[in-house]
Amino acid sequence: MPKLDKGAADALVWALLLTAPFWLPHVGGYVELGSRVVIYALAAMALNFLLGYTGVLSFGHAAYFGLGAYGTALTIKLLYPSTPFGMLVGVAVATAAAAIIGPMIVRLRGVYFAMCTIAFGQVFYFIAFRWFSLTHGDDGVSAWHRMPINLGFTTVDILNDNKAFYYFVLAIFAVCAAAMAFLLRSPFGRTLLAIRENERRARFLGIPVDRHIWMSWVISCFFVSVAGSLYALLNDFVDPRALRWDQSGNFVIMAVLGGMRSFWGPLIGAAIFLVLQDYISSETENWMSFIGLFFVLVVLFFPRGVLGIIRRKAVS
Amino acid sequence: MSLLQVKNVSKHFGSLIAVNDISMTVEPGELRAIIGPNGAGKTTFFNLITGFFTPTSGSIIFDGQDVTHLLPARRVWCGMARTFQITEVFPELTVRENLRIPTEVASGLRLRAWLSQADDVKIRDRVAELLVMGNLADKADRPVGELSHGDQRATEIMMALALKPRLLLLDEPTAGMGDQETYDITQLIRKLHKDSKLTIVLIEHDMRVVFHLADRIMVLDQGKFLAEGTPAEIAANTAVQTAYLGQAA
Repeated sequence: MPKLDKGAADALVWALLLTAPFWLPHVGGYVELGSRVVIYALAAMALNFLLGYTGVLSFGHAAYFGLGAYGTALTIKLLYPSTPFGMLVGVAVATAAAAIIGPMIVRLRGVYFAMCTIAFGQVFYFIAFRWFSLTHGDDGVSAWHRMPINLGFTTVDILNDNKAFYYFVLAIFAVCAAAMAFLLRSPFGRTLLAIRENERRARFLGIPVDRHIWMSWVISCFFVSVAGSLYALLNDFVDPRALRWDQSGNFVIMAVLGGMRSFWGPLIGAAIFLVLQDYISSETENWMSFIGLFFVLVVLFFPRGVLGIIRRKAVS
Repeated sequence: MSLLQVKNVSKHFGSLIAVNDISMTVEPGELRAIIGPNGAGKTTFFNLITGFFTPTSGSIIFDGQDVTHLLPARRVWCGMARTFQITEVFPELTVRENLRIPTEVASGLRLRAWLSQADDVKIRDRVAELLVMGNLADKADRPVGELSHGDQRATEIMMALALKPRLLLLDEPTAGMGDQETYDITQLIRKLHKDSKLTIVLIEHDMRVVFHLADRIMVLDQGKFLAEGTPAEIAANTAVQTAYLGQAA
């Protein structure tokens, strides 16, 4: 096999995702785990839009994930009990925050950029933690739940039917993944690759680099906030851990673990991370040290991630 | 009207004066070479023209517009394109992709999230044309990072050309190359100059290349202007000989 066919790989991924609720229980999983994997995969792929395709490392994506989650939860709880409306508000608030913070950080590079994204992320964490009257601090936003979706001719009961919720999540994931893939193949997407490959060259080819990084940042934060919104709906609950810095770290681990130069890499990384977490955490509280060990091994021996290994095998 | 007028520019780095009060005028269609011993300030002078640095004093007029304080990307939009002394390409992308990016920028498509069929065909045709011009057609789908130094340099020049510049600035286009590669690149530059009537400013160490290509030559030494003239005038200039060969006995 000279090269793993791109179309075949895509088809395989979609086939597995579409049938997951049916085969997951037979391999020791459960439907909610599938939903969680898809949601985190969306978050990690959103991060990878910036990390893998623009070459900019953010360690603060949990902030926009969490803003999406809190926005959705509080809207449904306090404003209007509608799932789509809650998602809309959550995503809009998070994307607006990213758009405003963006210009303050896009001139920074490398570790300075990463540090500033952490710093801004922790600001939101402490707001969620301290603003007790609104967020109930450490206790989180509870006593609300996702609402069935009224499509006019029929109602999809994503509240009680966990398969329906999985497919609801998967449909949104599909739209987001397609949009990201589409963007990356466009002239705009190629300017991002140019910045990743060689910023100086990009600048002297007439690409205003800071502005394009800002746009990539906002797009990336938009998609991560969609994931955050779904995450709140999955749990019918959100607490400040959703936007703490270690959550940002998890997104980075997932992207790097799976392979940040491949489009599906972060999905694979999210699946490995969450399945390991699910299985090991039922055995020991120190599950994170196993994931850490696995992560170190992958980074040391397969710097292109798990998908990088498969691809290399396919080529040789 | 002159295409490029550099008026009394200086650049200070702390107490070091890298470029000291240098002026230069380049006419449309001219091929100007800038030469000088190491540390003469050639590359710094180049960086002032292209916006890598802002001059400490002086001004730069390009095509009648004052570009002294414009950002590099904006100068590219005005019609300036450059290459670097150490080749700057997109190593993991193919030659075709390397050329496609500047072609799209030059066509005003850099913010587009989609391309119409007609635009796509136009871009592909232009890239194919550039591949042929740079003798790169047979390597079009290989990552640039895998190619020889000469082919990488040819790619970089074609990338600059993809921008449809009115002024092309080449910083030591033959640096670190063997004889054959130097010859190929020299022929390419000559073709661009003669056939496309492109205005070119280049820095070069290889005197065979300089005297073969240049219409006029400017000589810098220790950050200062030393001489300017046709290749014959420069070859006969005693001050230039002294700068290159040291104080004559």
